[in-house]
Amino acid sequence: MKTVSRRLSGLRWRIAAFAIAVFVCLPVAALILAAFEGSAGLWPHMLRYVLPATLRDTLLLLLGVGMLTTLIGTTTAWLVTAYTFPGRRFLEWGLLLPLAVPTYIIAYAYLDILHPVGSVQGVLRHLLGYSSPREFRLPDIRSMWGCILLLGLVLYPYVYLTTRSMFLTQAANLVEVSRMLGNRRHEVFWRVALPLARPAIAVGVSLALMETLNDIGASEFLGVKTLTVSIYTSWVSRSDMPGAAQISLAMLVLVIGLVLIERHARRNQRYTAAAQRPRAMTPSRLTGYRAAGAFVVCFVPIVLGFIAPAIYLCAEAYKRYRFAGLSERLLGEVVNTITISTTATALILLCGLVVAYAARTYPGRSSAIVARVSTVGYAVPGTVLALGLLVPVGAFDRMIASGAERYLGVSVGLVLLGSGTAIVLAYSARFMAIATGGIEAGFSRISPSLDHAARMLGQTSAGVFRKIHLPLSKPALVSSGLLIFVDCMKELPATLLLRPLNFETLATHLYGEAARGTYEEASIAALLIVAIGILPVVVLSRVGRTERTDGARQAGPELLNVDGRPLADKRE
Amino acid sequence: MNTQLMKNAPHLELEGICRRFSNVQALDNVSLVVERGAVVCLVGHSGCGKSSLLRVIAGIEWPDRGRVVLDGLEISGSASHVEPENRNIGFMFQDYALFPHLSVTDNILFGLKRLGRRVARDRCDEIIARLGLGRLAARFPHMLSGGEQQRVALARALAPQPGIMLMDEPFSNLDRELRQDIRTETIELLRELGTTVIMVTHDPEEALSAGDTVVLMRAGRIIQSGAGAELYERPLCSYAAEFFCSFNKVRTACRRGYAETPLGRFAAPGFADGEHATVYIRPQCLRVNRDGDGDGVECTVVDCELIGEIEETSITVAALEEPLRIRSTDRSRLRKGDTARVSVAPEQVLIF
Repeated sequence: MKTVSRRLSGLRWRIAAFAIAVFVCLPVAALILAAFEGSAGLWPHMLRYVLPATLRDTLLLLLGVGMLTTLIGTTTAWLVTAYTFPGRRFLEWGLLLPLAVPTYIIAYAYLDILHPVGSVQGVLRHLLGYSSPREFRLPDIRSMWGCILLLGLVLYPYVYLTTRSMFLTQAANLVEVSRMLGNRRHEVFWRVALPLARPAIAVGVSLALMETLNDIGASEFLGVKTLTVSIYTSWVSRSDMPGAAQISLAMLVLVIGLVLIERHARRNQRYTAAAQRPRAMTPSRLTGYRAAGAFVVCFVPIVLGFIAPAIYLCAEAYKRYRFAGLSERLLGEVVNTITISTTATALILLCGLVVAYAARTYPGRSSAIVARVSTVGYAVPGTVLALGLLVPVGAFDRMIASGAERYLGVSVGLVLLGSGTAIVLAYSARFMAIATGGIEAGFSRISPSLDHAARMLGQTSAGVFRKIHLPLSKPALVSSGLLIFVDCMKELPATLLLRPLNFETLATHLYGEAARGTYEEASIAALLIVAIGILPVVVLSRVGRTERTDGARQAGPELLNVDGRPLADKRE
Repeated sequence: MNTQLMKNAPHLELEGICRRFSNVQALDNVSLVVERGAVVCLVGHSGCGKSSLLRVIAGIEWPDRGRVVLDGLEISGSASHVEPENRNIGFMFQDYALFPHLSVTDNILFGLKRLGRRVARDRCDEIIARLGLGRLAARFPHMLSGGEQQRVALARALAPQPGIMLMDEPFSNLDRELRQDIRTETIELLRELGTTVIMVTHDPEEALSAGDTVVLMRAGRIIQSGAGAELYERPLCSYAAEFFCSFNKVRTACRRGYAETPLGRFAAPGFADGEHATVYIRPQCLRVNRDGDGDGVECTVVDCELIGEIEETSITVAALEEPLRIRSTDRSRLRKGDTARVSVAPEQVLIF
């Protein structure tokens, strides 16, 4: 019989998982070092001139987006779960559609839609009897309120999702009890449902705010100088790494705050979740003007957040296509986008599998920490992550380049940065959480006695992985893979910072055109991104539907959020 | 190795096994010797460490201290560890752990990958025939009934011809009637094959009927082990006594080596004068006499219920607070409120 040292059992899996966790932490660690390196003299300057204004704008933006997403998300979630009215079934999934529109695309679209000499304002003036923009125009969308409005319109689904699943899974008993105690439906909302949903709202809002911090396109196009924008400009236009790193640290403080809120809320959610078995409440029927009112309230966010920009993009893309066809350049960008997203998705899934499997097979404090650490990337804004990655990746590239030149006499250039590998690494660090979380959720449905049975029947731990876990967690792998792919494809800030010269993806193309103010092929690129972005929405909406059919659980794709854990905490 | 020596040596030895999970001492210095071909039942209430012990033997868990010796070879110790896949031990799980994505045949073939393809096939067919699974061979686990799943799990565990079969509550998911038949059949088969069996159960009756040796555990320790009859007849402590039988208990004080109760005097060797003792009387050891006179103490019938083959009568005796329960296969035809006489044979009483 083969005897192994007890310490070494499963060592390879654990080492691999540990290495992945270290890699995810690398950018943040590098950033902290870079911030304190050399230029401590910059701090007073930063503190006096740069930080106060950007910090104020950022906080204002966060506050506004937080309030708007709470308002839209909670209201719509309550309407579609507590009432039934014509069109509710459509609204239930339709309210998720704005998720398919990245922040930079909605900003891009509305800049043109609401342009002072554009068609919307033109029609409006015509109706009101004005003839020139000088006499009447809407307030400029390029402002703080415009930015809040647009970000709120595409980010409210996070709140909608978490709150709705809260209402669906646990409000029923309490709502019914409070109605028996003489509260009317709308009183129930204020007195029971809303307090009950607070943790879910907090989770949703903190996710929306992380996206807000991550955003680079919308705030820049709309002229809001957030921390993200100033990090980007201080690196790209001034090549000021210490400065950029220092603003990044300020940003990380905000991020940590959000993560803490989210974690705390999630814990509370679990307590309330433990109360009783989930049961959907019976919606009460609305008719007449009440039904129409409910429909309109839910329909407006969809129109503004998805339908209007989608129609605009379709029209513009069609015009462009009629005018110039598809350029070689755009096709090249499609290939770039798909190549890089597919590579990253494969890498991320692989790493996620390793981390999740190590955590499952060798449970304990250390592997649990490794699994959690490997997911921190989801909260770190892309700009910050990319900047942090630049330091070690740049150093590595220089080392390889000088080594190759000295010993081999060939110039290899920048291996990682020049090939786009750096982008793949950044995606991996940022979206690892989706894989780890999704795969862990998938694994958790596989009874541990299956692992043990397979081991007792002569499989090694690698064999168990291949023969049991891989085939049984296929649905989880597919749905996480889809989410990761779409997120990679939409990713803008890290791609902007890390792309090689003359390397464009669909997202950076759009950014470039919007930044230059030229409206050419970007509409086609945007339309492609939105079209592919609808895929996960379809997956999410299907899950929502099965949740309705109370108790009928199926092994379909799990309802996941940004960090990959199930949005609605399911009881076992 | 000398085969004769191997035959006589114990099959499996556990020496001072300790295992701690955060703040629970799951196993506390457990030692046990298992002879070749024996059927051992680990029994105890949930959380007593019986399943942990099974998992340590399987190699799924490690002992913090102590060692596991299989056929004279240390397979779990302070430094060395044989991975579960290299132990050639069979394991049957409570939930059967059939692989949901594999057919019955593939489930059984799963443990035979070290054999050649042809040999594995033959072995699989053989076990399928032996357990009468031919009809189910192409089905998937979710298409099987509970009893069929149990049988497939058994076939799968037996296919690699393990020397030891570990079973964790293997019959607890079955219906009551089915359970007994399948248990008898399974144990018979394993005996025929000469496999050493270590089985975990929380059901005292199952342990007594199936095991050559019954090992009673509590809070990570072995309380008592031995033949089933011995544990039942001569428990070493009140816990062991009450685990296997639900007694009538009479608390009393001892006087000159005797425990005095309203039901009579019972020898209580080893108890000091005035020391409190509890007299344990099995429900089936009490005899009720319908006639108002004769042997025994006068009692009043509180209740008389028929539970299948047996009849359970509750009676009160003047000097006792608690009613006594009597179980008998005879039909006493007593009614509530009747008076009768109750007696007990002194040699069938336990005192702790």
